[in-house]
Order: sequence, then structure tokens, then C-alpha cells
Amino acid sequence: MRELEYPFDVEYLIKNKKKIKKKLLESENLLEKRIAILGGSTTSEIKNMLEIFLLNYGIKPIFYESEYNKFYEDALFGNDDLDNFNPDIIYIHTTNRNIMNYPTLYDSDETVNELLENEYLKFEKIWNSLFKKFKATIIQNNFEYPSYRLLGNMDASNIHGKINFITRLNQKFYDYQNKTKNFFINDINYVSACYGLDKWDQGFYWHMYKYAMEVPAIPYLSFNIAKIIKSIYGKNKKAFVLDLDNTLWGGVVGDDGVENLAIGPEVPSGQVYFEFQNYLKEHKSLGVILNINSKNEYENAIAGLNHPASSLKPDDFIIIKANWNPKNINIKDISEELNLGADSFVFVDDNPAERQIVKNYIDKIAVPQIDIPENYIKIIDRNGYFEVTNFSKEDLNKSEMYKDNAKRSQMMATFDNYDDYLKSLKMKAEITSFKKIYLERISQLSNKSNQFNLTTKRYSLADIESIYNDDNYIKLYGKLEDIFGDNGVITVVIGHIINEIELHIDLWIMSCRVLKRNMEFAMMDELVKYSRKRNLKTIYGYYYPTLKNKMVQDFYDIQGFELINEDSEGNKKYKLDINEYKLKNNVIEVEE
Amino acid sequence: MEKEIYERLNNVFRDIFDDETIEVHPETTSDDIEDWDSLEHINLVVAVEQEFGMKFNMNEVTTMKNVGEMVEIIKKNMTK
Repeated sequence: MRELEYPFDVEYLIKNKKKIKKKLLESENLLEKRIAILGGSTTSEIKNMLEIFLLNYGIKPIFYESEYNKFYEDALFGNDDLDNFNPDIIYIHTTNRNIMNYPTLYDSDETVNELLENEYLKFEKIWNSLFKKFKATIIQNNFEYPSYRLLGNMDASNIHGKINFITRLNQKFYDYQNKTKNFFINDINYVSACYGLDKWDQGFYWHMYKYAMEVPAIPYLSFNIAKIIKSIYGKNKKAFVLDLDNTLWGGVVGDDGVENLAIGPEVPSGQVYFEFQNYLKEHKSLGVILNINSKNEYENAIAGLNHPASSLKPDDFIIIKANWNPKNINIKDISEELNLGADSFVFVDDNPAERQIVKNYIDKIAVPQIDIPENYIKIIDRNGYFEVTNFSKEDLNKSEMYKDNAKRSQMMATFDNYDDYLKSLKMKAEITSFKKIYLERISQLSNKSNQFNLTTKRYSLADIESIYNDDNYIKLYGKLEDIFGDNGVITVVIGHIINEIELHIDLWIMSCRVLKRNMEFAMMDELVKYSRKRNLKTIYGYYYPTLKNKMVQDFYDIQGFELINEDSEGNKKYKLDINEYKLKNNVIEVEE
Repeated sequence: MEKEIYERLNNVFRDIFDDETIEVHPETTSDDIEDWDSLEHINLVVAVEQEFGMKFNMNEVTTMKNVGEMVEIIKKNMTK
């Protein structure tokens, strides 16, 4: 919804949140999540705003709200309501108003360090106690700067200064995050700085209502939390689709000629585009892939990107569409060629008319409302399309993987027989029970896969960890490499054992990068081998249709299962007698 | 002018409480509107401030007894 993208109209949101909520609740396929808010100050409006931002991301929150300033007691001593609520996410909303003991100028260095340690330990106790009790993800505010500086500028550097104290306390929070999974910092220090500290904390809202920031600042805070949560549940965007003229450089390459484009450090207008190009290029390290969608002659587009001052080169892009097709058609084509849903694209174009067309035709694609070039970075960045919560090494190489895929398609064209082509790839797979080093990737995959996904169950890292430790599950991952490169972990199967002889498949997913490589047959063979080792007799498979997983509707039929039940909504249950199964894979060399 | 203020105020109330039947009068208080609790009161104050381009101070918010008194404060401070 346009109203919930940055930059937003706070006045409108505050007045219309109830209408917005009603409208968003009509959307289909909302993912329900239980969110506990433990507050050190009033949280009511934070919750209301968080709710509409999450709904906009397709997440329907169910809330528990601690009583006013009972975050410490709730976390440490528990309470039945919270225990029964059993949260998926715990958001701890504390601010500098909750710091109990600041140093004074009378304190020795040792005393100040002790105060710091005590203040920190109070929080560490809270987190550890919550982790012990719940299989949940914790989101914790860091601290914003205070509204005055007793020591003036020295407040930042002197060990007795409040700013210095808060900076050190924040650093301790970050150290905890860096060694703890399922723990994230909500950076209110940054949010309050962007908003303007003088406006953020005006006293009025604290003294009147015990809000730690002014109410019009709350949408920015809640938006920031929502971005973390949607990222945890795999709702990040995956690719940029970029216009060229007046988006990546100033001017129109076809009319003005390459030599007259504004790009590079010589002139101010060129600098602004140069910075923007660098900003986009940095995203490659996050695994975000770059594509072009421009109304241009192809040769002109390439010539522009080869401008000596252009930081982005043709090689940085996976797909370049430079033609005169409507842009929504190009986006559909890019989506098919990449095997990525167009709803995971961010389309950047300076032309409002093009943006409107794309928005009208492509459901749920992100189309940032960029205005002047010097604002491009800010508007895209604040929207948090690629918020990082789960960074894996695979992301660093993703662009390369997509390029390898393009090479495979070229090679495929030289074979008449598909099996011969597959054999020529000299594929090697590693298929085995979950290993600790891959748990993060497995959780990431379970949240990202939509098309090759039989049940569309989502697993947080905490869920995957608990399955990893549970012998009642058969849980396999598969890695695949070939002559063009290593695809990494690209498929996962999770099944739970019932009555000691039945395996029920909860999850079967595969990345679309490796479609039609017979990897699913190699997985099935291994699944049967593992089941035989456990003396299981029957495997049950389930298919639950969604808007996106049509490609696997006959998956279990192809695997040789027997359909035993189908309801009116198309949910299907299948059965396989393990004794009768014959191994299928003959093109992939499997290492167990 | 007072009539116009009441009209604009009425729209703010209807938006905030999501109820198209609300009609505010000088004597209207929080007892008359079901959802008007202390938490919604904050949002109401913010929305009124934004509508009229003004700020209430703490003293005004704590002493204001009904919509009529709110309108008196708005009249004194409004900029739009």
C-alpha cells in the first residue's frame, strides 16, 4: 500500500489507521505471528502502527502487550499470560528513560565501569531468561541519545558523560547480538537521529503519557521494527530492475550521446548519479541482483554503461532489457528468465508514468516514489527492501550463480537429448542429514522458497535448530555442484516419524535455480534410504496449493506416490510403500 | 469561524474513532464516545494539532474538560 511506504504521511496514518487496518485485513494468505511487546514506556500506539506495517508485508500479528513498564518482571519472573501466549517474536521496547543509574562526576573509573556492567547485565538476564523459556526471536532497542549534555561536547568522550555511557552500553548490546542467533537490535539511535532528536523527545509526551518519543515519530519506529520482522520471515526483496536515462545517469543516451551524459565526479549532477550507482553496486554483496529495464536501443544502453565514469558496467547486470516494449512486459520476461517472482523486484524509474504502469500491472512489486536524484538513495534505503537479518555466504556469490545459470542455458541448446545434457554437467550432490553450519541457510531457504514448495511451511532458525536436535525427524539437505559452479544448499526435506513406521513429509522445498536437474529424484532416493535405515514402512506426502506453487501440484504423482485424499480446496495427501520404491537418479553423483 | 472549526473537528473525531455517526458539541466529553480512552486521547490530541497547525501545551491538555474548551484553545492558536 502506497501510504505505508517511505516517505509516508504521518498525519494520514495516525488518523486513518483503523480504516487502513480493515482494508489490509481483507488480503489473502496472511502469515500469522505472535508478537509480545515488553515495554519500558507506553507502547499502545507503537503496537497499532506496527500492526498496519506488518499487515502491509503480509504478516498478521497477534499481540501480547506487557503492562506499563513491566518488561523486567515479565521477562524475569514470567507471568501466566505471557507464558501461555508463547510468542514467536519478543520486542523489548526500552529507551534511555529506562537506564536506572548513570555515572556522576564523583564516580571513579572503576565505579563507572561497574555501573555500566550492572546496567548491561540487567538486560542480558532478561534475554537469557526469555531464550530459556521461549523458542522465540528477540528484537531489542538500543538506546537513543539523551536530550541534554551536562558536559557539553565532552559528554561524548568523557567516561562520566551520559552520551559516553550510552555509547558503551550500546556497544555491549551489539557484542551480544554478534554472538547470539535469533537476536536483533532495533536501531532507535539511528531512527531518532534521522527524525531529529529535538523533535523525537520533547518531554511533553513523556510527562503526559509516558511515551518515550513524540507520537508523530512512532510510525518511523514501528516501520523500523516491521522491516526486521518481515526480513526474518523471508519477505525481503531480491532484485533491482533499473531504468537508465535520468535514473542511472543524467540525460538521455539516445538523444544526447554517451559523451554528454551526466555521470562521474567532474560535475555536481554527474556526482549524484555516480554515488547512486555505487550505492546500487554495493547491493551485489548482499546477494541482490541487478537488472536493466529501459526504453532504449540496446547498443545505446550498453554504450552508456560502458561510459568510462560509469561505476556499473554491463557485466554487473544479470538481465538487460533495452528495447521499446512496455516496461511491465519486460518485467514479466525478466521474472521468467530469472525464475524469480516479480513481487520480489524493486523497480526504480524516474518517470512517474512508467512507475504507475508497472504498479498497475505487477502485483506487489515495490516501486519507490523517487523524486530528485539527490534523494534516490535515501528513499530507497529507508524502505528497507533488503533488510539484513540472515546473512549467508551464499549471498555474496548470488550474482555469479545467476550468471552460471545463463551459461548452462547456452550449453543446453547444443544437446538434442536432455539426459545427455544433464550428464554433461557432471553434477555432484551432497545429500545428508542437517549439519550445524547449514542451519541458517536452511531456515533462510524455507522462508524464501515459494514455487517449489509443497506445503509452504515457514521455519525460523529456532524451529530448525529444534528439529536438528530431534530424533523423531528425518531432515535432509542437498547441495549441488556442476562444471559451471557450486550452487550451495538448494533443497531441504523435513519429515516427522509417527508410530515408528510412518514418515510424514512436513516440508519439501527446492530453489528454482536448480529446476529440471533431477535433483528432486536424487533427494527422493536418499529420503527412502534414510527411511529404510529407520525401518519405516510408509511415507506420506502432502501438497497444499498456494498462488505460487502450482509447478509442484503433481510432484508426488511423478515421484510414484498414490493419491489417497483430496479436498475441495485442492489439498492432497499421498502415500508411498517404501518396499516398492525403485531408485530413480542416474545423472547426479551423490555423496552421502 | 466557530462553525467551521466544529466541522473540521468533527471529521477528525470520525477518523480517529472510525465512526461516521459522531457529532461533537461544546459539551461532548470522553464519556460520550465509547472508544475515547486515555490512549486514544493522545492520538486525538496529535490529530487535532496536525489538523489546525498548532500545539497544545501540557497545562492545556490536563485542564481541558470538554470539546468546547478544546475549541477555545484551538481558536487561540490555530495557524491553518
